[in-house]
Formats: sequence, structure tokens, C-alpha cells
Amino acid sequence: MVKLTINGQKIQAEEGTTILEAAQDNNIYIPSLCHHEEVSAYGACRLCLVEVTKNGRERLVASCLYEVTEGLKVKTDSERIAANRKMLMELLLARCPNNKAVQDLARKLGVEKTSFKLDDNDCILCALCVRVCQEVVGVSAISLVNRGVDRTLATPYFEDSNVCIGCGSCAYVCPVDAIKFEDVGDTRHIYWPNNKMEFKLKKCQKCGRYFAPQAQLDYIIKKAGLAPDAFDNCPDCRD
Amino acid sequence: MTTKNKPTKQKLTSILDSYERDKGMLVAILQDVQAEYNYLPKESLAQISEGLDIPMTQVYSVATFFKAFSLKPRGRHIINVCLGTACHVRGAGRVLDEVGRQLDIKPGETTEDSRFTMETVNCVGACALGPIVVIDGKYSGQMKTDKVKTLLESYD
Amino acid sequence: MAKQSNNRLSSPQELEALRASIIKSRDAQKPCITVCGGTGCHSFGSEGVTDAFKQEIKRQKLGDKIDIKVTGCHGFCEKGPVVVIKPKNIFYQQVKAEDIPEIVSETVVKGKIIDRLLYTDPATGKKITYEHEVPFYKEQKRLVFGSNGLIDPNVIEDYLAIGGYAALAKALAMKPEAVIAEVKKAGLRGRGGGGFPTATKWETCRDAEGDTRYIICNCDEGDPGAFMDRSLMEGNPHSVLEGMVIGAYAIGGHEGYIYVRNEYPLAVKNAQIAIEQAEKLGLLGKNILGSGFDFSVKISRGGGAFVCGESTALMASLEGKVGEPRAKYVHTSEKGLWEQPTNLNNVETWANVPLIIKNGADWYGKIGVQGSQGTKIFSLVGKINNTGLIEVPMGVALKDIIYGIGGGIPDGKKFKAVQTGGPSGGCIPESLLDLPVDFDELNKAGSMMGSGGMIIMDENTCMVDIAKYFVNFLEGESCGKCLPCREGLKRMSQILTDITEGKGREGDIELLERLSATLIDTSLCALGSTAPNPVLTTLRYFRDEYEAHIKDKRCPAGVCKALVTYSIDEEKCPGCGLCVKACPSEAITDMGKKKPVVLDQEKCIKCGACYDVCKLGAVVRK
Repeated sequence: MVKLTINGQKIQAEEGTTILEAAQDNNIYIPSLCHHEEVSAYGACRLCLVEVTKNGRERLVASCLYEVTEGLKVKTDSERIAANRKMLMELLLARCPNNKAVQDLARKLGVEKTSFKLDDNDCILCALCVRVCQEVVGVSAISLVNRGVDRTLATPYFEDSNVCIGCGSCAYVCPVDAIKFEDVGDTRHIYWPNNKMEFKLKKCQKCGRYFAPQAQLDYIIKKAGLAPDAFDNCPDCRD
Repeated sequence: MTTKNKPTKQKLTSILDSYERDKGMLVAILQDVQAEYNYLPKESLAQISEGLDIPMTQVYSVATFFKAFSLKPRGRHIINVCLGTACHVRGAGRVLDEVGRQLDIKPGETTEDSRFTMETVNCVGACALGPIVVIDGKYSGQMKTDKVKTLLESYD
Repeated sequence: MAKQSNNRLSSPQELEALRASIIKSRDAQKPCITVCGGTGCHSFGSEGVTDAFKQEIKRQKLGDKIDIKVTGCHGFCEKGPVVVIKPKNIFYQQVKAEDIPEIVSETVVKGKIIDRLLYTDPATGKKITYEHEVPFYKEQKRLVFGSNGLIDPNVIEDYLAIGGYAALAKALAMKPEAVIAEVKKAGLRGRGGGGFPTATKWETCRDAEGDTRYIICNCDEGDPGAFMDRSLMEGNPHSVLEGMVIGAYAIGGHEGYIYVRNEYPLAVKNAQIAIEQAEKLGLLGKNILGSGFDFSVKISRGGGAFVCGESTALMASLEGKVGEPRAKYVHTSEKGLWEQPTNLNNVETWANVPLIIKNGADWYGKIGVQGSQGTKIFSLVGKINNTGLIEVPMGVALKDIIYGIGGGIPDGKKFKAVQTGGPSGGCIPESLLDLPVDFDELNKAGSMMGSGGMIIMDENTCMVDIAKYFVNFLEGESCGKCLPCREGLKRMSQILTDITEGKGREGDIELLERLSATLIDTSLCALGSTAPNPVLTTLRYFRDEYEAHIKDKRCPAGVCKALVTYSIDEEKCPGCGLCVKACPSEAITDMGKKKPVVLDQEKCIKCGACYDVCKLGAVVRK
């Protein structure tokens, strides 16, 4: 176990834990947008930056990536941190002024309006969807394409993906609701920021409701080596 | 140089093999493919993804990240206007505007007749001669707005 | 004249024997025409000069009596094509193909000097005959770069003839820890911009956990206006290779990469030839010089991304991924390429290593100043008389470089600022020209030495435009991963563009300063965190220019198109019509001979073509 202090509070954490994880375990709030416990840390939103003092040296580090060390002193808020978080939120608000989740977070961090010209996006380029698709689902159907200010989320060539299974994990994990999916009749529609796709849903042989994309079920059958009829019935009707 | 040949499976295979199908050599492989076809044909990206066993999204992300690559066919002649600081200070911006005006294209675009593709580059290391315009690897130095038209007319 | 060397050398003694036989087979007194093969001279037509020499020598049947060699860059780009006639080192500049028959007949055969091809010292008006007397070179200390002019980069025997690979042999006879200690004693710091103590990096990598250690040479020189690494890699690739093998031996790495920028095909070609020639001689590859140490090097090309000059982005690119940096809480010397301990150094840093081992740390430590030992190569470009690549000991004052070596500002214009450190650096005004150039002094003024780019600006340079230029450059090169850099640079660019278009508002400067503070504090990598430097230094030293743009809607330097008007001075205009022809939007009308032309402001697109073409000052820009 590693002993450290956060905001003067003495806490203990296992080796290999990040500051963010240690803080969350102890109910200490640090804002973040691109972090999720199910995927690897990315360090892109910069909202989770905290001040650390180690060997007398003070610096700002991303708490989602920085691992705890013995005797580390952490400050999760200060004038410097607050000023930076406000400016980061102003930048994000200018990028996504009409997005509710971004507006809510801005308000929480004390930012009422932005000093910059307004764009109109929902996607914050946190890449949580990309990481989930790659690391958890394992198909890598979407990625961040182009560079710099042209960076955007897309399938290759912005066309229908031939590996996407329609599971909707990307929509689940998106912190700002920039990816949506809806099941209408026998079709699932997935809406990414730049393109959309449709998937045929499987019909339960017993109750007749449409319950999951055929592509997703086929993928699970293949990966887990199940029998082809393993998902003929929906979860409610299965024994 | 427009598309020289149609992409063939054999050509792609030989390029992949020449790098021992090393995933780390993706950028170099893409460069060889582009040198062959003057751009990156769609079929080639798919074949690279399969041949290196990496997701298509990774190949596409890398192809769109690096400025060297073009996913669209390029012109017969590639113009590079140097926008390095030394050339900038000597008025390269005006030269770029003039080339764009003569050909009616913006940086990164190709003329409708596929004659020219205009790109910008940051410092070709010939600062004594700035502003510089490089066409098909040939350097034209001390460029001024009134010299642009004549320069372009010398290319078919 | 290359001697065929085919056998793999299996000991230092064999290396020395080969070296002795190469030197013996060469007549040091034999006339040799060396033509500079650097990019600058190339664009001035040096290939034509070389061809003309070859033809003339053939025509006069002098093939046995005269050698001709295309060497690496000599550095004096302003006066290219540069030709140096050995053995006396007669220095001819701005040589044209038409001059060649005369040069061969008069100078090479008869020993007569052709005055018109000599360099004239602008300070004294005197003609200079020999290379080492040219003031541009006299004030330099060309320890690393000077060898360029002595060798053909595609002939390993040339490098051996000047003592190449002797340092490697010496290092292989030392313990690896002793090699590191020597480099540490010498005080070598990274030349790529970071200035990190090289030996410390080597040590960390050597001591890190892991079985595989990678050795990388960063030749992704991205600062616009900097071409030092290019000229070193093109002109003397063996000096870099030798440094890498020594470093690999000290660290315990067996695989290396030279990562070359996509825009440098000649550097790729020459490095590849050098690798093949070194391998053939047993100076690279398996069992180097019979020592039992293996080290092989591959070349990897960049894809056109400035951000890949950052070490973690470079390594990502080497792994076939996009060039996105990652946080460096764990250094790459511990976990780098493929998560293995990796040592990355810049081209110039590697080229310094053989000198340190060969001549000793004590010798090296006496050059430069405490804390910044050794020399540094700079690219001196922009509004300067002597454009080129220079090498000086650390600690030389900026003004000595600009006026002593650079020859001052052309066309009688006034110096305004020097930009050092590229997009990560800052502008230094006239009042600070006494500052010595080293790793630490320029930092205090808000700039940095960086990789060595030195852009000189005069009274006709707009400092707000310069800030906008650098921010636009970085905006285009940002990888886009982190919020502050991607969105912050976009907004900085918008604000600066507005200011240069006369749309600046009260509060813009304060907003730029607030944005800058956040980019410095929160950016993921140094691209973002140093991006505000050009903005902050131009604000610090040229705030009045910003205020003129914002409050008065005026560009004092006459550069920002929207704020500048072109007009005709009727008293100076003779009606020659040159500007009429030059105008792309037909805004100027010819009123007949001897009558001044008329410029229609409505049609004027402010391209400046008329201003460029008029030699009589009749076009006024303000």
C-alpha cells in the first residue's frame, strides 16, 4: 500500500493506482470527461489535472494517468487549477455550445459563457467510444480521423463499416450523448456525428419481439464458440 | 503524374513482403503505395489492413493523419510552395495566393484538368533563395507574384 | 576517387591499416575541385556546375590529373554555388556553368586566381582568396559541420581518410560505463531543442528494466527555417552513424532507427548508402570491428507531421500508429518504443559523440561555456546578408552572430528582431542583442535556443503577423488529441487573424494572455505548451504594434493586407507600365508614356505585385 495525501487528507492506495482512482475511492471530486474505468486512460480532456509535489518539485499532472507514489502530496483545487479548468470549459463550450452535458459541466465549474466564437458540435473527441470499441468489444469499427482542428469521429471513408456489430456500446459510453441509437421496428439505427448505419434486429422465436442486432449475436456466437441457435430466443424467453 | 496504373494485388503483396509485413512499417508501406499510384487507392488500404492484420480504422486514421498522403488522385505536377519562416518573411504568402489564384485552387486541391496539385511545405532548406516554389522536385527561387504565371505555363 | 574496400574489418588494427592505405593512395597535393552539394547550392544550379566541370575535364583530357568531388553542404548558402579548389582551398562563389572552362584552364592548371569569382568582404571591400579567410567562416568554430566540405557523403573512404570511426574503435576498447562517464564529463546536452544532459539519458536507459533497448536518431527536423540536421545527414551521415554505434554500445542497445522527415529524400538516400557501406566494412551490423558487439540500423521515414519530432509521437509513428504524443510521467528511456527502454537523440547530438570520445571530455569541456559546452550549428536566415548554416561555440553573443558572421541586414534596413527556437521559441529585440546564445540565457528573455533556427527580421516585418504565422503553423500541426492545444490554437489563430484584418477588439490581448497561460499549464505535450511563446514574446517586446492594429486599425510595418493601402506616387512614376503588366486584377491603368499610371482602389486586391516590380519607389505602401 502507498501512503499519500490529497488536499491534506491522508489516504492509502495500492501500488499502480492512479491519483484519479485513489481520489474517487475516497469520495474526493476531480472533474473528468475522457475517463472510464472499463477502458485505458487517454489524458485528452485535461480537466482532471491536479497539482502534485514530489521531492520538493511542484507540477500539474493528469490524475487519470499519474500513478500514486509514497509521500506524494496532491492538491485537487487551487487558484491555478480553477483558472485552467475555467478556460478549458470556455474552449469546450465554444466547441459544443448547444450540448446539454457540456452546458451542465460548465455551470458546475462556474463557467456561464465563453469568450470565443461559437461552433456547433456535440462530439468532444474524448475517444471513449473508440477505446470501448477497440478494447472491450474488440472490433475497432470507428476511430478518430484527420488531424488537429479537422479531427473527427468516423468509420473508414465515412461509409458503412463492415465490422461494426451494432452493439451500441459507443453510445452507452459517450459522456455527452453525441452518439445515439434507436430501435424502430425490426431495425436499429446508430447515429454517429458524421454518418449513420442500420442493423437488422433478431426476432425472438417465442415472444416475437426484436431484441438485438443479428450482427452482434453472430459476433458473440463466433467469439464464444456457441451453437448457431444459441440466441434464437430473447433473454426473457431463454431457459 | 496522375494514376500510373490500376492497383494490383501482386504489387501490394510485393510491397508488404518487402517490409516483412512489419506492422510498425505502416507509414513506409503507405509511402511506397503512394509513390506507385500517385495517391492511396481505396483497395490498397483494405489490402494493407488484411496483409498486416491491423484494423482498417487504424490504416485509415494513419492515412488521414499524415500530410504526405492523399486519398484522392493527384495532378500530373505537384507544386510545393515553401512557407518556412524565412520564405514567409520574404513574402511567400503572396506567392501562394498568386499560384492559387492562377489555378483557382486552394492548398491541398487539384485542378479540374488534373494538371496541378498545389501543396505547402515548411522549409526545404534553401532559404537563401526564398521565396521558393518546388514543382516536381525542381526548385524555382526568388519567386515573385509577377513570375508565377510564366512558371506555371511551362508545364503541360 | 574511391578505393574498393571489400573486406569486413575484424579489429581496430585492420581499421587503421585500411585508413593508412587510403591516405597513402591519395595525393594530398593533387588538385581537387570540390563542389558544394547542399540543397541551397543545388537550387542555385550546382548540378549544372558539376556536369560542366566533368565535361571540361574530359574535353581537356585532364581526368588523371584532376579530381572532382561533390561534397556535403559548406554552409555559405547565400553565395552558392560554392566551389573550393584544393589543395590550396581557393574559394569561388556564385559559380556559373559558363565559368568552368576558365576555372579549369586558369586556376586548376595554371594556378591563376579569377578575381570576379572571389568573395568580396563588404566591410573592407577587399577580395578574399582562401576559404578560411572568408569572414563568414573565420568567426566560426566548425568542429562538427566543417567536415562536410572534405568528404563525398557517398564515399566511406573519404570519411575514413579524415579519421572517421577511430572514435568507435577507441570506445569499443573502453567499458560502456566509461564511455558514458566521458560523455557526462564533457557536459554534452541534447541539440534538438530540449537540452537534456545526454549522458544522464543514456544512463537511465542502460539501467532500465528490460531485455531490448532501442536507439533512435531524430531527424524529423520540423522547425520552419531550420535545416541543420538535413545538411548534416545529407553531407556527413557517417558522423551520425558513428555516434549512434558508440551510444548503442554504451547503453547496450542492438537495434537502431534513423527517423527522417518525409521532406528530406536526399538525407534518406545518403543515410541508406552510408549504412550499407558501413555494414560492408564491419563498422555496423554483427561483431563490429571484431568486438563481439552487434548493432544494426534501419531508416524510417516520417509522413509529414511536425508533431512527430516529439519523442513519444515519433515512437508511436514507428509502431504504425498515428503520431499522438503521450504523457511522459514514465520516461521513454524506461518505456519507449514497443514499451521497451529507448534512447532517442537528435542528429547533431549524435554527431558530437565521436568528437568527445576521440579528443576527450577535457578538450570538449573547454569549448563553449559552463553549462553549455561545445558548439552549436545554427541556420541563419531571413533578412540577413549572409544566409547559411553556421557553427559557433556556445556563449557567443547574438550580435556577433548577426553582424559579425551574418554581415548585417540587407538593403540598408534596420534590424527589428531575431526569432530563435522555431515555433516553440520567441522573438528577441535589438535591446537584447548582447545576450549570449546557450541553453539558459535565451530562456530568461522568454525565448529558447531550440534546435538552432535563427530568423532575422527587419523594419518591414510585422510582429503580429509573425505571431499569427507561428500559431497558424502549429494549428495545422497539432495532432488534435488534447483539448487545450486543438481548441486553444484554433481560437488564438482566430483572434490574431481578426487583429491583422482590422477586426481586433479591446480585451483581445488579455484573452490571448489567458489562453496562453492555459496552453502552457495544461497541454499534453511541448507542441501545445510552448506554442504561446511567439505570441507572448511579441507582446512583451512589441506590444505597441498589437495596439496599433487593434486601436488604430493600422499595420506599422505595412504588411497586413487588410490594413495596407497601395498608391502611386505621381512625382516618381515615369509611366513605364511595368506595374500595369504585373497587376493580376487589372487595377492599374496605363495613361500613356511619361504620364503616371492610375491605381483603382476598388479593383486592388493588395497582392503587392506592383510594389515588388517597381524599382523606382513609385508604388507607396502604408
